[in-house]
Amino acid sequence: MSQSAIDRTGMSRGSLTSYLTGFVLSLILTAIPFALVMSGIWSYAATLAAIFSAGVVQILVHLHYFLHLDTSSDVRWNVVALLYTFFIMALFVGGSLWIMYNLHWRTM
Amino acid sequence: MMTTEVSTIGIAHDEVVEHPSTIEVQTFGFWIYLMSDLIIFATLFATFGVLGRNYAGGPTGKDLFDLTYTLGETMFLLVSSAAFGLVMLAVRDGRKKLVLMGLAVTFLLGLGFVLMEINEFYGLVAEGNGPDRSAFLSSFFTLVGTHGTHVTFGLIWMGTMMAQVAIKGLTSPVQSRLMRLSMFWHFLDIVWIGIFTIVYLMGVMS
Repeated sequence: MSQSAIDRTGMSRGSLTSYLTGFVLSLILTAIPFALVMSGIWSYAATLAAIFSAGVVQILVHLHYFLHLDTSSDVRWNVVALLYTFFIMALFVGGSLWIMYNLHWRTM
Repeated sequence: MMTTEVSTIGIAHDEVVEHPSTIEVQTFGFWIYLMSDLIIFATLFATFGVLGRNYAGGPTGKDLFDLTYTLGETMFLLVSSAAFGLVMLAVRDGRKKLVLMGLAVTFLLGLGFVLMEINEFYGLVAEGNGPDRSAFLSSFFTLVGTHGTHVTFGLIWMGTMMAQVAIKGLTSPVQSRLMRLSMFWHFLDIVWIGIFTIVYLMGVMS
């Protein structure tokens, strides 16, 4: 078939380059936090900041190179749904931690 | 290129709206499901965030986790996710044999991850560090186990799709299902990044 059925979906625009780029970037972004924690050369706070940054960047790399999310119109609603979900997640995780740690300090 | 069906909205001048294809609708619907799944993982991460430091006098993450082992699991899942990307390229090119081979590789890598996780869980429970040991371990097994269960169901789905590709060929519905399975697979790798960072890396640091 000359035109594949999935060609018209915004999320199937991957190319060999995009998958390999995403893969290599993910390897690097896994190796950096792993090496930092294993070696323990940085302070606790600096290591924590570094592994969280690497994690967030790697999630963005996956979303962009593997799931092909960007600002183009054919995946706009996927991005909108994702951003809304991130908002809900921030409420769940942030809210739970806030309330429970407050309770912890008040009652201990 | 195929001709696209267009309809004109009466009120807007010169503005045409393209009908989304069935596959586009299915893909978007599945994306909404994945978002709801993400909410489940958010609640489990929140639970782990609250309970993850309550060891009840038992072992901590530092005592239990072997980061090199976890790195092995991470590699299985990452290579598997990238491999599925290449499978989708073969799907688009209509290369059935390559799709089947790629799916087999992706499946084996995913299976490697699940077996490593089962082995890790078995070792923990055998040493008395099961989910009943402490709040930390309860929330650990719930979070990591839910992810592992997702991967396991992904493997069942993948086995089903291998059979469908072999029997039905790369028909439009089969392509659509492969598309959604690839999204599921990439999604599970993204959740694993969170688990690797928050549960394992942070657990060993404390």
